[in-house]
Amino acid sequence: MTDFLNDWGLVLVTFLPLVGALVMLAIPAAEEKAHKQLALLASLASLVVGVLLVADFDYGAAGTLQYGVDKPWIDVINSRFILGLDGISLPLMALTLVVVPLCVIYSWDHIPEPGNPKAFFILMLILETGMVGTFVAQDLILFFVFFEVVLLPMFFMIAVWGGENRRYASIKFFLFTLFGSALMLLSFLALFFLSTDPATGESLRTFDMRALSDVAGAGILGATQTWIFAGMFIGFGVKVPMFPFHTWLPDAHTEAPTVGSVILAAILLKLGTYGFVRIAVPMLPDGAETWAPWIGLLAVIGIIYGALGCLAQTDMKRLIAFSSVAHMGFVMLGIATLTDFGINAAIFGMVAHGIITGMLFFLAGSVKERYHTLEIRRLGGMLVQAPRMGWILGFCSMASLGLPGLAGFWGEFPAILSAYSPAEGLPVETFRTYMVVAAVGTVLAAGYLLWLLQRTAMGAPREEFVDSDEIVDVTRTEWIAWAPLLVGILLFGLVPGLIFDVTDPAVVGLLANGG
Amino acid sequence: MLGSVLTLAFERPAIDWHAIAPELTLLGFGALLTLVDILWLERGRAVVSALASFGLLASMVPLLTLAWDGADRSTFWGAYVVDDYSLVMKAVFLLAGYVVVLLSTNYIAEGDYWENEYYQMLLSAVLGMVVMASARDLVTIFVALELLSIPAYLMATWRKRDLRSNEAGLKYYLMGVFASAVLLYGMSLLYGAAGSTMLTDIDAAISGDGAPLAVVTLGVIFVVVGFGFKVSAFPFHTWAPDTYEGAPTPVTAFLSVASKAAGFVALLSLVFVGFWGRADVYQPLMWALAAASMFGGNLMALRQTNLVRLLAYSGVAQAGYMLAPLAVAGESLATADDALSSVVTYLAIYAAMNLGAFAVVIAVARRTASAEIDTYKGLFRYSPGLAVAMTIFLMALAGIPPLGGWFAKFEIVLALISPGTPWGVALGVIVAINSVIALYYYARIASHMWVEAPPVDEGFDTTTPIKPPTSVSAALILTGAATLAFGILPQWVGHFTEVTLITALPG
Repeated sequence: MTDFLNDWGLVLVTFLPLVGALVMLAIPAAEEKAHKQLALLASLASLVVGVLLVADFDYGAAGTLQYGVDKPWIDVINSRFILGLDGISLPLMALTLVVVPLCVIYSWDHIPEPGNPKAFFILMLILETGMVGTFVAQDLILFFVFFEVVLLPMFFMIAVWGGENRRYASIKFFLFTLFGSALMLLSFLALFFLSTDPATGESLRTFDMRALSDVAGAGILGATQTWIFAGMFIGFGVKVPMFPFHTWLPDAHTEAPTVGSVILAAILLKLGTYGFVRIAVPMLPDGAETWAPWIGLLAVIGIIYGALGCLAQTDMKRLIAFSSVAHMGFVMLGIATLTDFGINAAIFGMVAHGIITGMLFFLAGSVKERYHTLEIRRLGGMLVQAPRMGWILGFCSMASLGLPGLAGFWGEFPAILSAYSPAEGLPVETFRTYMVVAAVGTVLAAGYLLWLLQRTAMGAPREEFVDSDEIVDVTRTEWIAWAPLLVGILLFGLVPGLIFDVTDPAVVGLLANGG
Repeated sequence: MLGSVLTLAFERPAIDWHAIAPELTLLGFGALLTLVDILWLERGRAVVSALASFGLLASMVPLLTLAWDGADRSTFWGAYVVDDYSLVMKAVFLLAGYVVVLLSTNYIAEGDYWENEYYQMLLSAVLGMVVMASARDLVTIFVALELLSIPAYLMATWRKRDLRSNEAGLKYYLMGVFASAVLLYGMSLLYGAAGSTMLTDIDAAISGDGAPLAVVTLGVIFVVVGFGFKVSAFPFHTWAPDTYEGAPTPVTAFLSVASKAAGFVALLSLVFVGFWGRADVYQPLMWALAAASMFGGNLMALRQTNLVRLLAYSGVAQAGYMLAPLAVAGESLATADDALSSVVTYLAIYAAMNLGAFAVVIAVARRTASAEIDTYKGLFRYSPGLAVAMTIFLMALAGIPPLGGWFAKFEIVLALISPGTPWGVALGVIVAINSVIALYYYARIASHMWVEAPPVDEGFDTTTPIKPPTSVSAALILTGAATLAFGILPQWVGHFTEVTLITALPG
């Protein structure tokens, strides 16, 4: 079994969804049932391989890349097809593999207007290949290609199945992210040309991420590193999104169909933060040190700005979108400390935010379906009309505001704590100030989430909806799609070691090279 | 050589028949087409397009044997060189010509146009391009240029009862002749400085310190400007939108791909063989042309409402991307190879994706009789296959992975960054910014096709799928497969386009 997984595990887990999409291409669009089944089958097949990988993974050596695949790909530019899985990739890959099948299940009887499940599911499966591929790719060009593969499907998902303002939102999303990745690519090329082998002093001319992390920017002058890091900063920062590059996010989230929002929040945003952890920080330690105070500053601005934005929103989905800006701020603050503690917290924060906010977007979608509106002042009394859904909303809000015992806590609290003692060479006072500001942010988070809960779930149902027979409690498909996420929120909240133990060796290993 | 011209004595050069076999095959099929026309008259119409496409493919055979043989060949006193670079470019021209025949078959047959002559013109234009790929001497380059241009002027006016087509042809002709004149003037200056028309001699003569700087500078600028018209670089692009819109669409496809590529082939030979030593002259010129073409083409494309005009302006920008590596080509031998390979790669991938985009335009226009972008609204609803194909080609042109265009742009940026000079890096950033500007208009068309509802009362059916004729479908499949394959397995194209013109030179 291990032999098979060594050779084929990562290839299968990445490309099985794509195979499913290709099979679906050959089947006429009228066979809607077949398309749903095939999409579920392909994403579950990928999940099964993923479960085998997670079970077989050598946790004692979580710091080293396992199941490595290394094949020639584009010889003319020294780029190779390299895949590998370590403790940083594993939780994010697992998150992707779980979320996509749940989205397929949720879409079973929720295909958004204008229908066409064939195209919808094909796009979703291509997205999955792109996302999983990004998390396991170990070659910069391969990473770049997977990173970009997600753009087109998400663009069309928003543009075709989105809300009223979908054209504007989809093109904005596309342009912002492409701008970022174009600059990111320039930085990758600079790394390619400038990285040298410290032992021989020769130019490496490689895109192999393992080698580039090992040399950790050796031979690149500090000033040059600052510039190269700036390119990656914009590339990954747009995707995260960090203040001030975040403006595409509320539009994209508001207009995207429910599962589009879920995938966007749960996974796509993580591609950016993953890029910081995997590429920018370990490969350019000097550049990272120069930029870290600024990243921290933008992160805490994001935390406060996102929270204030939430307080001002009148639309439930837009509110959740702004809360993403705030939460990703905590993740970025953890990364900005450049300590293993902070980056571990950041990775936990990514997974926690993925599960919790993904779940909140599912809820928003179901609310919209029942009430045909997401305007907060028109909602109310959900606990009366659909008590289970109301309670789930309460549970997720608590998780999102960082209640101890639920997953959100372990993403926020250690990130704030890590800012108390940032890595050597970083201004301690500055980071301690950030810590205080971020702590204020958690209070604001509690404020907007409880206020949301109070206005939507509590009180008496509004008159216009009292007699509506569309407002039913959680349906069976919704239970199936949501249960794993709800269990995850509780489980990772109670046993955070499940993730910390996996990520820690890998993070320590990545940072050690820079020293 | 000069002496032999003065005394008018003719000395027959040693001819390497194998080296010119592809050209002879093309010429033979062109003559055959003429014979068919004379002997069979109207009955010949049934076979001419098949014969033309067969001729283009048959010319690939000697190309393959030459590639198999592998040795670089030189004939006609070195004016005609067959090396890896010229073989790759010849293959691009022949295959692009083949796809154009596929696109033309129904268009020309159904339109009551002269059919036989059309394919004769097409073959002789391709012949000019194939010769251009091997030409290493000013006279040969000029003859090849006219051989490909004159048929192209005629083809642009092929819809002769249509005023716009006449306008297209006339504009193209006047601008083209003007460019030829400028080019010839530049060539005469270079000849004056070097005393020879051979590119290698010119390089040797103008590289030294003793070369008259003013004459050389003017000569290089005029020659580059002359080809700037051919590749439709800004600000010499003004003929392109009108000509593209008025000419028959398959001819437009031919002009925008093959004719542009031929201009680039000449520029590459000139820069890497003829002007190599004068980087101080051509590098700033290329830098300015590239930057102006990228910004000019992309910004003007933003405002277009007609898809063919939009593709014309996007073609101006694409020419800018391809000119960019020439702005750093003279930094070092390694950079020169990178730059050459990147342009050749771009030309090959660009041929696939741009021909594909025109194939969709032709297929859709059979239903809508228009290329206005508004008529593409809702295409995904009633003809999803064509909408997906168009999306693939447009996004490839925009450079979105995993579609072919990304690797083309990547190679360009790689070449720009490799010498590490501030000018190179700055141009790399300009390429990156322009990719984002360009995405806006490509994505706008995509969202027209996918998001909007089909137009009503436009006078065409928007309920049943458009069924393109077999030959157009074949062209779509060929170009679509190439666009995808080049993006996912770039080694397939990268292996062939890793060519050199420099290391063959002495010193």
